[in-house]
Amino acid sequence: MNDVNAILTIAYRDLLKLMRDRARLISSLVFPFVFIGVLGPSFQGSFGKMASFNLIIFTFTGVYAQTLFQSAAFGIISLIEDRDNDFSQEIFVSPISRYSIIFGKILGESLVAMVQGLAIIVFGVVLAVAAGIQVSLGSLLMMIPVGIVICLFGGAFGVIILGNLPSRRTAEQIFPFILLPQYFLSGMFTPIKDLPPVVSFLSIISPMRYAVDFVRNAFYVGSAEYNQTVIATPYFNIAVIGILFAVFLVSGTVLFVRAERNR
Amino acid sequence: MQAIIEVSNLTKRYKRGTTNAVDGISFNVAQGELFALLGPNGAGKTTTISILTTTLAPTSGRAVIAGYDVSTQARAVRRQVGIIFQNPSLDQNLTAEENVRFHAVLYGLYPFRPTFAAMPAAYREEVMSLANVLSLQDDIFKPIKRFSGGMKRKLEIIRSLIHKPKVLFLDEPTIGLDPASRRSLWEHLAQVRAERPTTILLTTHYLEEAEQADTICVINKGKIVAYGTPAQLKSQLTGDSYVYVDSDNRGQLRSELQSLGYSFEDQGPFRIRLNGHNVQQVMKALDTPLNYVQTQIPTLEDAYLAIVDGKDEERLIETDHE
Repeated sequence: MNDVNAILTIAYRDLLKLMRDRARLISSLVFPFVFIGVLGPSFQGSFGKMASFNLIIFTFTGVYAQTLFQSAAFGIISLIEDRDNDFSQEIFVSPISRYSIIFGKILGESLVAMVQGLAIIVFGVVLAVAAGIQVSLGSLLMMIPVGIVICLFGGAFGVIILGNLPSRRTAEQIFPFILLPQYFLSGMFTPIKDLPPVVSFLSIISPMRYAVDFVRNAFYVGSAEYNQTVIATPYFNIAVIGILFAVFLVSGTVLFVRAERNR
Repeated sequence: MQAIIEVSNLTKRYKRGTTNAVDGISFNVAQGELFALLGPNGAGKTTTISILTTTLAPTSGRAVIAGYDVSTQARAVRRQVGIIFQNPSLDQNLTAEENVRFHAVLYGLYPFRPTFAAMPAAYREEVMSLANVLSLQDDIFKPIKRFSGGMKRKLEIIRSLIHKPKVLFLDEPTIGLDPASRRSLWEHLAQVRAERPTTILLTTHYLEEAEQADTICVINKGKIVAYGTPAQLKSQLTGDSYVYVDSDNRGQLRSELQSLGYSFEDQGPFRIRLNGHNVQQVMKALDTPLNYVQTQIPTLEDAYLAIVDGKDEERLIETDHE
């Protein structure tokens, strides 16, 4: 029971810290808005006619998944730096299990990411209305539970990175190499149905691909564009996400805990 | 008295280290004792504290806190200890109350509630009385960003004591504080110890703080180089106290000192080693009129510097390990 309270405390602290830090709150929204507001319309302007669906909305769903995934992953990686800072030091010496710390942190960073996610949904609706595209309320509501799954998945991805990297500096240097290619390999901005074999292979091993596709499963369900926008079935995507989540979380936590004490 | 901290042959070599950051140290701390760990930067103080507080695994050796082994019973150890870290451990954007509340919940004292009002009455009363101790009644619900350094440190100490730890670790607690804040912090700690016997393990660079300790342990390059009460350390390390005397008639003074059997040096002023005598005895024994008298009683700082003097180069290399 104590660990449940501890998990809630760790998660709530993350959310509270975000809410109290206006600069961080604003800056966390800038990137997604640039992606959707600038890249979406420019893709639509250049290639929109070739695609049989609207690329602004396509980009919006992709950025939604990418932002949640990345934000949760980054939040977890900050644990390396945080262990010598502020209240995090207290967390590491308190009588709760390391697994509870990691899980509380994933939950907290998921809540933080979902704040961004909700803002992105609102922004997407504004863009859609401005472009005269109809978006069903059902599709938007579906994005919320799906978003939570993506956050947890991103958090677990952060844990496996955390478990394998010795320092924040290394993490910051390597992270762009791990994340940036996934922007394109996951089909966040553009469809990835017809890729050359090597790129296709890289795409298949990109965890973010399944996050992006799962969001589109939910968003486009029942619409005419479903077949053009979605790659795999929702069952396949959630199965991959579930398996990777478990593998990342367990092995990442074991590695992290071991590395922490055996410095 | 029963030992609450038992350290035997504790060794830590960091993965990339070429030498041991902590090199086979052993010591015991009795219950209720104020124990000071001294040493230059990089001597192994923080490494030792990290092992004792279970955030770092030792390479070899054993440490037991309140009967629990730090390696195999880490969680039980954590329940018994409170820690004040070198770096501030408060969240700046959270209020003083939130910082205290999160600590209390992590230590299982109260269930989690998102607001102060929803917390149990016992907690609310405790916090208000803490606010009184800190004279923070008006600011306890404000973000701590604007608190003074001394006030934040005090809040950390109060917070670290709410789960009633048997051992309190203070890792350079007064670094960066002004003299008034330092004094006030020590007064508060004295009060805490008077109310409830709490064992304190302190690391510090301020010798006058260590002077209040029951036991001082000086480590350098990971090894214990001196151990004892402040008084023992002073006498062990700098030998005896001295008195300097001089006279217009140095020849007479020299032969008088010789006949009295005092060991002394120099041509004048003469440096007499007190060797257990006190200054008054020496003065009484001398008949030669004196024109100069000066005593030299070693301070703890003298003792400390005698240990670490001339080791600056090694110290710089060692700093990386902490």
